[in-house]
Formats: sequence, C-alpha cells, structure tokens
Amino acid sequence: MSFRRLLALFAGVLPASLVAVILFLAIYSWPAVRFNGLGFVARTTWNLGNTYGDPIVRNGVAQLPGAQYGILFLIVGTLLSTLIALLLAVPTGVGAAIFLAEAVPGRLRLWLSFLVELLAAVPSVVFGLWGYAVLIPLLGQHVFPVLGRLLGWIPIFAPPYGSGYGLLTAGIVLSLMIVPLIAATLRDAILAEPMVVREAAAALGATRFETVWKVVLPGVRKILIGVTILAMGRALGETMAVLMVSGNALNYLPGNIYSPISTMAAFIVSQLDSALQDPTGLAVRSLAEVALVLSVISVGVNAMARLVLYRAGLRGARV
Amino acid sequence: MSATTAGFVLPPRDEPARRARLARRRAGAITGWVLCAIAFGLLGIAMGWILLMVLIRGVSALTPTVFTEVTQGTGGGLLNAIEGTVVIGVGSMLLAVPFGVAAGLYTAQFSHTVFARVIRFLADVLVGVPSIVLGYFGYVTMVEYLGWNFSLAAACITIAILCLPYICRTTELALGQVPAAMQEAAYALGAGEARVAWRISLPMAMPGILTGILLAFAISIGETAPLLYTAGWSSYLWTGQLIHSPVGYLTYAIWAFINEPFAAANALAYAAAFLVTFLVLLISVGARLVLLRRQGGAR
Repeated sequence: MSFRRLLALFAGVLPASLVAVILFLAIYSWPAVRFNGLGFVARTTWNLGNTYGDPIVRNGVAQLPGAQYGILFLIVGTLLSTLIALLLAVPTGVGAAIFLAEAVPGRLRLWLSFLVELLAAVPSVVFGLWGYAVLIPLLGQHVFPVLGRLLGWIPIFAPPYGSGYGLLTAGIVLSLMIVPLIAATLRDAILAEPMVVREAAAALGATRFETVWKVVLPGVRKILIGVTILAMGRALGETMAVLMVSGNALNYLPGNIYSPISTMAAFIVSQLDSALQDPTGLAVRSLAEVALVLSVISVGVNAMARLVLYRAGLRGARV
Repeated sequence: MSATTAGFVLPPRDEPARRARLARRRAGAITGWVLCAIAFGLLGIAMGWILLMVLIRGVSALTPTVFTEVTQGTGGGLLNAIEGTVVIGVGSMLLAVPFGVAAGLYTAQFSHTVFARVIRFLADVLVGVPSIVLGYFGYVTMVEYLGWNFSLAAACITIAILCLPYICRTTELALGQVPAAMQEAAYALGAGEARVAWRISLPMAMPGILTGILLAFAISIGETAPLLYTAGWSSYLWTGQLIHSPVGYLTYAIWAFINEPFAAANALAYAAAFLVTFLVLLISVGARLVLLRRQGGAR
C-alpha cells in the first residue's frame, strides 16, 4: 500500500469517529425516537412510568406503563442559560479584546493575554466547584435580593430568589467559560487588521477610541459573529459546571431568572442512574436521544460557526 | 465677512458648538476605554478568584495521606485517583497520537485534496461536540453493547476521540511552519512522500507537534463528563485490567466529594481540585511558553 493511502487510512479515523458517534447514538436511540415521536421536543414530561409495573409491549417497543418522555424544559433551560451567557460574555469579550489589543503595550500584552488563555485552560469541573462553593452563597444570599429590589419591576427579575442555584448562576459561570475564546480570537483579529485603516481614520481626525470602535471593529465583524456562534456551541454543551450550579430542575419550566433549570448535557449525567431503573431500557435509550439531539444541534452550530469563520479568512487552529 | 476668491463661502465657525462636540467625543473615548478596562478587569478578577480559592482551600487540604493512601468511603487519600488520571491520560494519548498526527500530516501535506478539507472541517466540528455526548457514546457502545463495563479501555478510547481534533489541528499548524523549500529540496533529490514526511517534515515540526500533544494531555486530565460513564469510579488502585474494571480519577473526586456532608470528603475534593488545576495550568503554561519562545516571542 502506498504511503499516501496508508496515511489516509490513519487520518480517516478522525472523521470516522465523528460519524460513528452520531450513527451509533442514532441506532441505539431509534426505539426511543419511534416511541417518543416529535412530541419529544415539545413536552415537559420526563416520566419513566411505573417502575414496579410489568413492562408492556406497544407498537413493538417494550415500555413501562405510563412512560412518557419530553425534553422541552431541557431545551428551554439550555437555550436560556446559553442566551444569558452570551449576553454577558460578548460585551466583556469585546471589551477585553480591545483592551488587550489597543490599550496595552507589547510586552505587557503578552502576559495579560496569557492570563486569558489560562482561564480557558481551567477545567470545567473546577469552574463548577467555584460556582458551587463561592458564587452560589454569594449570589443567593446577597446579590439576588439586591437585584430583585433594583430590577423587580421587570417580571423576570421579581422574587422568589431561590437558593442561588439556577438560570442566572449557570449563565454567569458559562459566560466566564466562553469569554476567553471570544476575547482571544477577537484580540488576534484586531491585531491582524492592517495599520493603514487606523492611519486613515487618525488622519481624518478620529480619536483612538473612535478608530477602534468605528473602523477596526466593523472590520472584524464577521470574525466576531463566527466566534460568537462558536462560543454558543461551547455553552450549549457544557456539562459539569452547569450540573453543579443549575439546580437540576426536573419537569419544570423556569418562572424567573433565578429559577432552577437543567440543560440537555447536565441532564444526561444527572439522570443515567435513575434511567437504569427502567428494566425495558427505554429510559436509557431516551437519554441517548437527548444526546443525539444535543450532538445534532452542536454539530449544526459548529459547522455554521466554522463556515462563517472560514469565509472571514480565519482558518486558525485556535480550538 | 469671509468671502473668498475661490467661489465658495465657509460657514462662520460656531466655536462653542465645536468645543462641545469635541468634549463629547473625548468623554465618549474615555468612557469607552474605561469600559474596556473594566471588561478585562472582570476577567482578571474571576481568574484570580478561582485560582486563589483552589490554592488556599487546596493547599490546606493537602496532607501526605492524599498521596500515599487510596480513598476509603469518602475519606482517606487520592492515590487511586492520581494514578487513574495519569493512566487514563497516557493511555488516551497512546491511542490518539498516531491517528491525530496522521490526520494533521495528511491535511498539511495534501492540503488541497477534498479529503483533507473534509478532515479539517470535521475536526473543527468534532471539537465542538459536547464531551458528555462522547461519554454517552462510549457508554452505549463499549460499556453496554460490547460489555466492557466501566473500564480503562472505554475511558481511553472516549478521551482519545475527544483529543484527536486538537492533535490534528496543532500538528497541521506545526507542519505549516516547515519551510516548503526544505521539502521541495528533498523531493528534488528523489525522496518519496514517505521519506520527506519521516525525515524532513515531522522532525522539523516535532516541537510544535509535542506542544499540541501536551495540550491534549492537559485536556485529558481536566475532563470529567466523558469519564463518568466510561471509567466509572474505583477506590482501589488500577488492577492492570483493560476491561471489566473501573478506574478512579481526580475530577470525579472533585465533583462527587464536594457534595458530601463531611468535612473530610470536602477536603479531598479541594485537594483534587488543586492537583488537577495546577497540573493542567503547569502543562499548558509550559507548552505555550515553549511555543512562544520558538516563535521568537512575537505577538
């Protein structure tokens, strides 16, 4: 076999594993997909059925009496926590990127950029630990009541505040986890903008900040959009940190911004033990369907982000 | 009063309005810079806060028994978890490196072929697949269907899939910096593709490739979600078995022991968090410093 063929064979393991992940999840969850139908994404019911009852077979699928699966509350929780994370992370990331690229001299920039990259390297479970041990007591006892008093006239900020576990806490922790990606990518993009556009703006009498805000930033617009979508994909699938601070709500749609929630990724971890109580295996297969939905969403989001970034000329390896 | 010979008339200067506009623009600029500094400051505070918490609570929980004893219930030490983390990390690298480097070599060397584009794109997409999805894939295929139960093999294969795209992309980047002239010279001397890859491209890109592998190793140490349902958890040292025997690892200790109502268990969680965080940061800092030095400290 020629070298090129052999190399292609080894290299093919990477794309093959992505295909295998989605294919096997689809095959495994197929009975659940048939059982749950389209209502899976439209119902707020995760009910194993009567685990003491005798399994029955209906439409060729073994099931416990009364079993019904719907993950609308997970989809809502995932989308809302991601939305909050993006609302917090995008302005912070843009500001930090501008600060790093335009306000700091070269040597210092290197070290401060390093700090941002370090934040990106902190493992997810450590963010979760910090959220659990530090952020939740702080937010639940001190910040949320103040927030409620200030913004209580907006319905979603009104009490009850809960214990600190919930949507806003999850959003804050998620935003810290995705901000380094946005800041570092955008900093590189700003630094790569040609000097002449800055000089042109300065020659027209713009201040340095006006140059950055009205000339340089619009120039990296596409990269900002692409990296925002990328960060969205990261937040959608984040597991451990969300698991530790979200309150793991079951069959419950959030009533305000402090409500406990759960996300698809966190739910897979928190529910496998109980899903194994279902002797028919339908619960475990439904959980696989959650993983399938999540992987299809994240593949779609990431493919979109990469296409936007490719078109913006960014083929960097920042992963 | 200011009629000119050029045929047009400049409007009289409205000096106060011009001053006001200038003041407004200056105020806007100052506000902008301050907001940017605050944004960066928030990041710095969060980073410092997290590291300080892990450092202070972790160091006070570090006792010799953490390194010498295995976990007993929710107390004891973390020797089993430390060993498991290292074994899983090394095992997954052994699996991922040949395939990841091959993928990187292919995309760099045959950069414009359709297959190279497909690999590159799917590597970028695979990076974004949530790690818990990979973990559940490992659970339904290896743990359940193949009947390996919670085991080292299932854990290593799952983590290897997770690390593949990182190794592929960093390898491609490192190979891209090898001067094309070197490879062309080798081809001109009659070397084949295999010889050019083994003798020219890979050796010259080796530091960059190793950096990528180190970063992937750091990722494998810090992962939790894909291991929960592939490695399981074990309070004993690794038995040497690849399948049918669960393995302990540090990140599990963080997650599981912080929720226990016992101070001893919480202390173990903080000790584990300290070990994981500083091991990961040490490796990433070291790898990045090497990379920076080689790039001549640019950027």
